[in-house]
Amino acid sequence: MDLLSNPFYQRALAAALLIGFANGFFSGFVVLRRNALSVSALSHTMLPGIALGILMTGVLTQASAFLGALFAALMVGLGSVAVARGNRIAQGTALAVIYTTAFAAGVALLPRLDTRQELEHWLFGDIMAVANPDLWVAFGIGSFTLLVANLLMRPLLLTMFEPNVAAAQGVPVRAMQYLLFTLLVLSLVASLQAVGCVLSVGMLVAPAATISLLTDRTNALFWGGGALGAAGAVAGVLLSVSLGLAPGPVIVMLLGLCFLAAWIFSPRYGVIARRMR
Amino acid sequence: MSEEHHDCCAHHSQHHELVIDSLRVTYRNTLALDAVSFATSCGNRVALVGPNGAGKSTLLKAIAGLVPRSAGSIRWRGTAVKRWSSEFAYLPQREEVDWSFPITVRGLVEMGRYPQTGLWGRFRPQDAEAVDKALASLDLLELQHRQIRELSGGQQQRSFLARALAQEAHVLLLDEPFTGLDRNASRQLGSLLEKLAHEGRLVIASHHDLTTAPRLFDEALLLKTHPIAFGPAAEALSEANLDRAFGQTSDQDDRASTVAPTATL
Repeated sequence: MDLLSNPFYQRALAAALLIGFANGFFSGFVVLRRNALSVSALSHTMLPGIALGILMTGVLTQASAFLGALFAALMVGLGSVAVARGNRIAQGTALAVIYTTAFAAGVALLPRLDTRQELEHWLFGDIMAVANPDLWVAFGIGSFTLLVANLLMRPLLLTMFEPNVAAAQGVPVRAMQYLLFTLLVLSLVASLQAVGCVLSVGMLVAPAATISLLTDRTNALFWGGGALGAAGAVAGVLLSVSLGLAPGPVIVMLLGLCFLAAWIFSPRYGVIARRMR
Repeated sequence: MSEEHHDCCAHHSQHHELVIDSLRVTYRNTLALDAVSFATSCGNRVALVGPNGAGKSTLLKAIAGLVPRSAGSIRWRGTAVKRWSSEFAYLPQREEVDWSFPITVRGLVEMGRYPQTGLWGRFRPQDAEAVDKALASLDLLELQHRQIRELSGGQQQRSFLARALAQEAHVLLLDEPFTGLDRNASRQLGSLLEKLAHEGRLVIASHHDLTTAPRLFDEALLLKTHPIAFGPAAEALSEANLDRAFGQTSDQDDRASTVAPTATL
């Protein structure tokens, strides 16, 4: 395995480990909040964000892509919250309208940009191309997410389970919700390099969704999700070479297969177990 | 923990008094509760009775601090409760609970310790002990690793009660605790509430079954946005008072299920 001494390969594995763990951990929140669909919406929003970043700066760089994606996700996410506050429109409805509009704008803009080739890397990710600064970004976002989530785990859990009780006990419920949203966007942006904007949803939903079929312990959902996310991402990178496929899709397919297996074979909640009962 | 509760009020109940004074709650220009005043003390079980939309749940939530009150005051043990007291525990109506939330019975009961540990404090050995005690006293030790959906209705009620005990709450605010329970579970919960009150806690519960109310509760507050009667359960729920709350239907069954034709709101 002289591949392992290849610096590209080493960086790819390190990135997979970091991003896989952080996003797998965070997927616990996505599963608990049952907002996988809004995650999907936000991930698609990053495309017009990146396009916007290129348009504003004229070049496709790490920074312009990150900032564009971050800006677009924040605008669309907060915009949907603001629209839904009127109580007439559900937040899911608002989000669907706003994010498709933004996505359409991105699609319309694409032909006008002369960086289309490279843009594909951002759509589907290119973990083999990560450079050292990318690793630092992934490490920074991952540590920040883990630290904040663990420090605030109790108020966050209470907010998700019983928002009104949390509020009565003095938990700043709205701040907690904005915090979760910010962490979500950061996680999405971090996974851009590995799997791209479209497939990032897989890393942010599948790990904890799989674990939730195997355990009822809330803690296990987060740490198990992190472990599974990291394992899936690393295995995906390793496998992609021998399969001759791009690593991003392989990672997401692996995680999807894990979910499918848990759905069928889980001793407690699996299809087979339910049939046997 | 239970020692403390034993002393709580058995001998000096006047010191552990809950006084509600001129409470008013409005939701978006709709008056949900108005001019509600009553006083009770530890050791009692108080039923909140009234037609649908009379404000029973709202009153529980207002005492628990879950909905803001637009006027009036709540005093507990001589001190004004501004928003919430860690000595109050609220047990939601069954349909308001997210039963599929991946949390075990133990995890739920541990939430009762959050007010004590603070939101970022560490879980100490005495917290685990309080959780164990609460689980044991409600006969839930064997079920502690079950997910909350896998429990029967009675067990689910007991889990939330265990959380209240772990919180060391003195005042238990229960929203329709008997709804959906079968006869045995209902009886078990009845004697459990009696025991909890006897140990010195104050139990306040909304209740829609008029036939069982006098047996299950010591006092009753009859409510229809405004308070109609308050006192010993049998007296407060007299025929004349019920007619005022539910309207002039002489059909007892109709009232028992609170399908009152005059239900407001």
